[in-house]
Amino acid sequence: MNNLLVTDSVSKNFGKFTALNNVSIEVPKGSIFGLLGPNGAGKTTLIRVINQITMPDSGKVLLEGQPLKAHHVKDIGYLPEERGLYKSMRVGEQALYLAQLKGMSKSEAKKRLKYWFEKLEIGDWWNKKIQELSKGMAQKIQFVVTVLHQPKLLIFDEPFSGFDPINANLIKDEILQLRDEGATVIFSTHRMESVEELCDHIALIHQSNKILDGKLQDIKRQFKTNTFEVGLVTNNELDLTNFLKEKFEVSKADYKSLNNDLKLNIKLNDTDTSNDLLRFLTAHAEVNHFNELVPTANDIFIQTVKNS
Amino acid sequence: MNHLSLIIKREYLTKVKNKSFIIMTVLSPIIIIALIAVVGYLSQLNNNKQRTISILDESGLVESIFKSTENTNYVILNEISLNDAKKQVEKKEQYGLLHISKGKTVDQVLEGIKFYSKDTPSITLMEGLESKLERKFTDLKLQEQGVDIEKLKSSEAKISIAQESFLGEKTSKIDNVVKLIFGGLAGYMLFMFIIIYGNMIMRSVIEEKTSRIIEVIISSVKPVQLMLGKIIGTSLAGITQFIIWIILGGVLMTVISAIFGINMTEMQAPQQELMQQAMESQGADMKIQSLMSAIYHLPLTNLVIMFLLFFIGGYLLYSSLYAAIGAAVDNETDTQQFMLPILMPLILAVYVGIFTVIEDPHGTVSTVFSFIPFTSPVVMLMRIPFGVPIWQQVVSVLLLIATFMFTVWFAAKIYRVGILMYGKKPSYKELYKWLKY
Repeated sequence: MNNLLVTDSVSKNFGKFTALNNVSIEVPKGSIFGLLGPNGAGKTTLIRVINQITMPDSGKVLLEGQPLKAHHVKDIGYLPEERGLYKSMRVGEQALYLAQLKGMSKSEAKKRLKYWFEKLEIGDWWNKKIQELSKGMAQKIQFVVTVLHQPKLLIFDEPFSGFDPINANLIKDEILQLRDEGATVIFSTHRMESVEELCDHIALIHQSNKILDGKLQDIKRQFKTNTFEVGLVTNNELDLTNFLKEKFEVSKADYKSLNNDLKLNIKLNDTDTSNDLLRFLTAHAEVNHFNELVPTANDIFIQTVKNS
Repeated sequence: MNHLSLIIKREYLTKVKNKSFIIMTVLSPIIIIALIAVVGYLSQLNNNKQRTISILDESGLVESIFKSTENTNYVILNEISLNDAKKQVEKKEQYGLLHISKGKTVDQVLEGIKFYSKDTPSITLMEGLESKLERKFTDLKLQEQGVDIEKLKSSEAKISIAQESFLGEKTSKIDNVVKLIFGGLAGYMLFMFIIIYGNMIMRSVIEEKTSRIIEVIISSVKPVQLMLGKIIGTSLAGITQFIIWIILGGVLMTVISAIFGINMTEMQAPQQELMQQAMESQGADMKIQSLMSAIYHLPLTNLVIMFLLFFIGGYLLYSSLYAAIGAAVDNETDTQQFMLPILMPLILAVYVGIFTVIEDPHGTVSTVFSFIPFTSPVVMLMRIPFGVPIWQQVVSVLLLIATFMFTVWFAAKIYRVGILMYGKKPSYKELYKWLKY
């Protein structure tokens, strides 16, 4: 079994409103799976279905091939978007309580908490009350509580909100390390740059439907337009541009550069390769810059949502 | 440890460790006892003051009945005009002047009795004077008609009707009073408990919502478990508080009455006088002995078992509704519109209990209300001391349990949807829709 989690045609209605419409996703073991979509698309509902907070009207959810049961809560760690802790409870006892709810024994929870608190250098917070901590500090505790019981599946909903760049990086590294140690991560966010950085698989949900999913690389390949960004040095820019336009689809490019080059986007014909283009260009000008335009996750997101 | 016991433990410990809870628990009995002590001390001060009342009896008929007591000093005035007497009383700052004018017949004397004082005299004093005079003048009038008072007195018959049910249970009037007090106390305690700790549950649900921890928790446990854990944990904290109050109250009472020498049981002196008068008219033998036997004759086992059943059932019924309200709203100010439907049946139950159970514990109104689940805990608890057939109690408890299971189911439905809803004040229509999610 290569997939840790599979949802099979999951649907959920709230009254007349359809929150999920036959959504099927497959989350491969050991992957970081980006769950993307505009606000109100149904991401949170899907995550709640996976967490057994909301029961689907129809469809199945399988974890390691088994239909989801109550005992699976200990295999899942969930950091919701709307998150918080008991304000008047002390850090230590609160973390112990939440760990025990996930089925850990008290002594084991204590041991693992000590490990994490030392790792994140927050050991001296044990007896502080949550209300004495800053938001970022509380978020760190929340992260520890989410991963403490070593779940097979980690679900993060906007994990970086509330963190400063340094701590966001720290948490990002921890997520990557957990993945390397064998955990599977579902990662829901609006921030496309972190999708680029972290995710290897994505699914895009829009208006309750899944409209795109697969390996991020494959999707990018699918969306690529064979366009290259070039910077050329030539005596007669106008002539060269017109000359190129006869052979290729050409438009003005805009990228940051130290030189005063002629900046163009050139789209390849179906028959040509990048080498053909390069050979053609070097014959007519000096090539300072040559870069394939790969669609960003952001481009794919906007394009797909707009077209659907 | 399973989830439910973990949640109960946490709810209990956070409540009990909470500073305001501790302060409330310790301070409120101290404050209440201190208040009682102050009131008691003041009323004792008031009672200790001796009143001097001058009597100007121009008829010469009734002088003999005024004998000075600890609280009242009677001064008999002679050979003085009414005006002089008034001046004298005012000058000496006495409490008042009772004037009985001359008359040819007893009836004429009766019409000319007046009390002069600076301020409006106390009601108990006036009643005391009136009853003294009434007794004397009745005797005088009887004598006038040629009745031998001694013979009349000796032929007076005192009757107190012994009561017995068909099953052979002996009861008496004092039994009824004791039953009323027991039933009323049980019903009222349940009422208070529901209001105080129901609110506490509601607040703790709202707190979980506003601190946004709820979604973290229910990814580990079922919402129903969380709700039940909350209700049970909070009630245990409430029971702890109640027990501490009773113990602390008892200890403080003893200590204070020992230190200040105030007898707490004789606190409300005027009312007690009236009570004693009533008791005397019933016959003096009905005192402590009959009180003890009245308590002894209460269906105590039945009362205790039913108290527990109705207390738990009624409390769970209402607190699950409180939890549902807490889940439906975002902050405490939004709870108003949902509180009324909860408080109405509760208040109704207490009023029905007080007014109809006293009048007729087995009448139609009180019987019907002791079956309706939302009022039955309070009303039935008030009725049970008067002896309610077992089948009625059983049916009522079963109805209560069925309803309570329904409200828990209903509350859980609202709860599981409501705790994830933010920023919207729901209407009843929306709550109805949530039931179908």
